[in-house]
Amino acid sequence: MIGWLQGLGRYTLELLARLGREGLFLLRLLQAQVFLFSRPGLVLPQIHFLGVRSLPIIAVSGFFVGMVLGLQGYVNLVKFGAESSLGALVALSLVRELGPVVAALLYAGRAGSALTAEIGLMKTTEQLAGMEMMAVDPFKRVLAPRFMAGCIAMPLLAGIFTAVGILGGYFVAVEQLGTDSGAFWSQMQAAVEFREDVVNGVVIKSIVFSIVANWIALFEGYDTEPTAEGVGRATTRTVVNTSLAVLALDFVLTALLFGAK
Amino acid sequence: MHSIRVLAPADLLVAVRGLSFSRGERVIFEQVDIDIRRGKITAIMGPSGTGKTTLLNLIGGLLQPAAGSIEVDGERVDELGLTELYRLRKRMGMLFQSSALFTDLSVFENVAFPLREHTSLPESIIHTLVLMKLEAVGLRGARDLFPSELSGGMARRVALARAIALDPMMIMYDEPFAGQDPISMGVLVKLIRTLNDALGLTSIVVSHDIKETASIADYIYLISNGRVVEQGTPAALDRSTSPWVEQFVHGLPDGPVPFHYPAPPYETDLLTGSAL
Repeated sequence: MIGWLQGLGRYTLELLARLGREGLFLLRLLQAQVFLFSRPGLVLPQIHFLGVRSLPIIAVSGFFVGMVLGLQGYVNLVKFGAESSLGALVALSLVRELGPVVAALLYAGRAGSALTAEIGLMKTTEQLAGMEMMAVDPFKRVLAPRFMAGCIAMPLLAGIFTAVGILGGYFVAVEQLGTDSGAFWSQMQAAVEFREDVVNGVVIKSIVFSIVANWIALFEGYDTEPTAEGVGRATTRTVVNTSLAVLALDFVLTALLFGAK
Repeated sequence: MHSIRVLAPADLLVAVRGLSFSRGERVIFEQVDIDIRRGKITAIMGPSGTGKTTLLNLIGGLLQPAAGSIEVDGERVDELGLTELYRLRKRMGMLFQSSALFTDLSVFENVAFPLREHTSLPESIIHTLVLMKLEAVGLRGARDLFPSELSGGMARRVALARAIALDPMMIMYDEPFAGQDPISMGVLVKLIRTLNDALGLTSIVVSHDIKETASIADYIYLISNGRVVEQGTPAALDRSTSPWVEQFVHGLPDGPVPFHYPAPPYETDLLTGSAL
């Protein structure tokens, strides 16, 4: 019993210490953003790496998710003769939930894991310590530009995911199954409110998810144990923790933004 | 034993006083005093795992001591704020055991990195400076290679060129000879000595390669179990009769540093082992 309590206490203390480190890390990361005004050139290559290079996976996944939505929606709605509402169904699902959430999960797997591995390896090979010994702050030179770039790239990726997803839904519903194209678009236009659905959905959610995903990815890399296994574990933790955080936060955000008023 | 002084004499570049440091429950240093004289090459030697690298990290301000003071050029490293620490570090070079080259930058850009970060020199001057530093380590021809294309010895020479890019007052070498073939070892030995004398540097060399280090060091500290066990010029250490020096210099497997890691008696261990 005592041993069990000791274990619980130790685990709690470790968890609290870790949360404290993560909090301080985010604080230093945000402070270092000021430095980027004098060196905007550091951000661009990172946007290319984190954003542009993630485009293929985001676009292809978006298209397939949209196609599945179109197909499932058609199969179920056609029973009630309501297949003209397909446009609204596809667009609302993507704009409110699937766009930001699936894009964030894909981002964690594609870009977040790469960020963690890169920072973790830089730490393992003493590149970060070497930078500090050359009087260059790694928070400003390495971490801040990546954070900024990730927070710019991810909401854009979520937007692209949503747009391509709607095209995927259109492709299945209209091109393949023969739903009326005019009904598809006009129902969508009538159902989707800009402030209510687009801003509260894809915009706010993806901004929150991008901060969390990049924060976790950079922290795990920076906090990694400087060994090969350490970097491997940190990369796994990034994907797992980001996925859990995004899904849990999604529920909280949905309750706050779309909950019963 | 030195007495604790607040101000180090002018000929001391680094003065370590009463330094204590531990990692978790493991004591790395206990009441260590070390003097590094200006213009000299001082070697810190001792078996692996005695915290020689930790000492360099403490002098560079990457770690904080638990007790004691570390003074570099009259400034308390352990008390400096981040801005002052960075200002001081611009005058310190450090050669990491892993070379710590930036793998996404070419040799040229690696050496140019500190110049680009800390100066606003025009490109033509940076070009000239980088080639001068690379010429000094004999790698001007390798400027377009990437760190992954370099041998271990070459990588260390590039890191050395990068460390002297800002013309520091001192360089700290972390195990510069570890894992080097005899030729690159010879090259590094010669480079450390010539750079120290030609550029008027002060060098701290952390190593366990006794022969190479003794051939260039002006003064040697031997560290074991968190304490300075012996110090002196290479000639004085050679004459020393201390069992510790005897074991380290002649590479004897057993002595003051025991062959066996601390363990319960062999017999008890064997008899109780299977009962678990």
